Amino acid sequence: MENFFTRYKNPLVLMLVLFVQVVYLATQIPVPSRNNAPGGGRLIRKWAVTAVTPFEKALVGTSHFFRHGWSDYIDLHNVRKQNHELEAELARVKLEQARLETAADQNRRLQALLDFKEHYIGQTVAAQVIQSSGSEQSRVVIIDKGSRAGLAPDMAVITPGGIVGKVREVYPLSSQVLLVNDRESGAGIILQNSRLQGILRGTAYGELRVSDIMSDEKVEVGEPIITSGGDRIYPKGLPVGTVASVGPDPEGGPFLNIGIKPAANLDRLEEVLVVTKIAESQVATADNAPSHRAVDVLAQRLPSIPKTQEPVPGNKTAPQKTTEGQPAAAPGNKPMATKPVPVGNQKKVVPAATPQGAATPAGTPDPSQPSKPKVDPAGGEKPPR
Amino acid sequence: MSRAISLTSRGEVEVYQFSWPVSIGVPLLALFVQVFVSKWLGFIRIFDFPLLVTIFFAVARRRPTPGLMTGAVIGTLQDIFAGTYIGLNGIAKTMVGFLASSLGVRIDVDVPGSRFIMTFVFSLVHRVLYIVINRGLVAANEPWNWGHTLVSAVANALMSVILFAGLDRLKQRP
Repeated sequence: MENFFTRYKNPLVLMLVLFVQVVYLATQIPVPSRNNAPGGGRLIRKWAVTAVTPFEKALVGTSHFFRHGWSDYIDLHNVRKQNHELEAELARVKLEQARLETAADQNRRLQALLDFKEHYIGQTVAAQVIQSSGSEQSRVVIIDKGSRAGLAPDMAVITPGGIVGKVREVYPLSSQVLLVNDRESGAGIILQNSRLQGILRGTAYGELRVSDIMSDEKVEVGEPIITSGGDRIYPKGLPVGTVASVGPDPEGGPFLNIGIKPAANLDRLEEVLVVTKIAESQVATADNAPSHRAVDVLAQRLPSIPKTQEPVPGNKTAPQKTTEGQPAAAPGNKPMATKPVPVGNQKKVVPAATPQGAATPAGTPDPSQPSKPKVDPAGGEKPPR
Repeated sequence: MSRAISLTSRGEVEVYQFSWPVSIGVPLLALFVQVFVSKWLGFIRIFDFPLLVTIFFAVARRRPTPGLMTGAVIGTLQDIFAGTYIGLNGIAKTMVGFLASSLGVRIDVDVPGSRFIMTFVFSLVHRVLYIVINRGLVAANEPWNWGHTLVSAVANALMSVILFAGLDRLKQRP
């Protein structure tokens, strides 16, 4: 017996090590009821990442110190000349700002007339990317903020350029972010011009695809894409990217295969923002307003003398009218189907509560809206691998 | 820290050993480059430095058990930091470590040409094992891209010629 173990020591050790690893791997495979892939092994990953995070932070801080030290103290040639140029530029910008403020005021007034729930980013935490997966099989990065900074799983991670991904795992000092181009990622999107909705998914090669828009829809290359907000992760209206290619479904299905060029540079991420709170801003009277009766809607559309609206006590704003003589979408006119549908219960696309959509008079079919039912735009994670 | 890992010497082939700092530091450095430096230099992802280090140590030590253990540890650490299922790289690199050390016992793989071919083959083997494990055990839809796999294998083979020549300086005779 001793000879057996001595003789076959190496194969036996190999089998033992492989057995242990296979068993440990098996414990990480999520069962269908737990959609947290790859959630197993979380403790060992947590320990390892937490152990190396301080060193990585120190390294990043050191590199920034030298980089900024060079740019802030040493590389100061032509600063005086630049200062003069910047002062002149500032004067021009101030004039431009005054003009823009006028336009912005007008825009704010028009926005206030739109009766829709508008999600906006309430609170963000700035974080630094300190580590990548270093692998082409998985597209995740580690950021230097964790649960101590208030981060939690499923928070959106963005840059000023566009969406980046979502927080997948949170450790005390750092977090793991699943990038949108990972094949396990998903996000609800809207094509900005055609208002078509779809689900953005990553591929095994790190590309972004939308593959649930019917092939008879018209999608043009270069069309901007924004988040729909239907996935409850990414706030609505954030830039996602642009349509890079449109082709037929490679599997012969009835859908288009749309390639997306991401707005954010996912290969060279440095600073990101984690959306820790999505505030839900609502026009003050929208929910409290009495429901709109169908007869009122018809009365507005039929060619008749527009009904003069009684001024609301305390409301000095006169009733505004559109160019066609119809009342503008006042706070009381709630567009249909703007109420959020719970994720997972959506069977068809709910018209997006966007400025364009909301500007359409209630009950009027928006010509830009797709006529065909679409799939669930929730765009959560794919089912476990 | 001058105590070296003890390895059995063989008459036919030269068996090398490494000091503890080298045995621990080089794999950690490879992991560091793979997961940290690749954040800035994206082209590094075409290489698999942990795999190269696994092959180097396995071939130099010429003993299967340390070879497979080295591969298991390096692969598992790589999985931890890569965000993949822990065990994918671990199992694949365990097998590569075992095979490389078994090969090192039989043939001389200390010249650049044989190192190039050996690393090229082991890169392909590693990729095949990774995909088989990912498809078979994790049921993932892991794609197979011949072109990319071959380019990666050639890149790793070229890098091994350079890297192994540098690492040869760290070898110690028993």
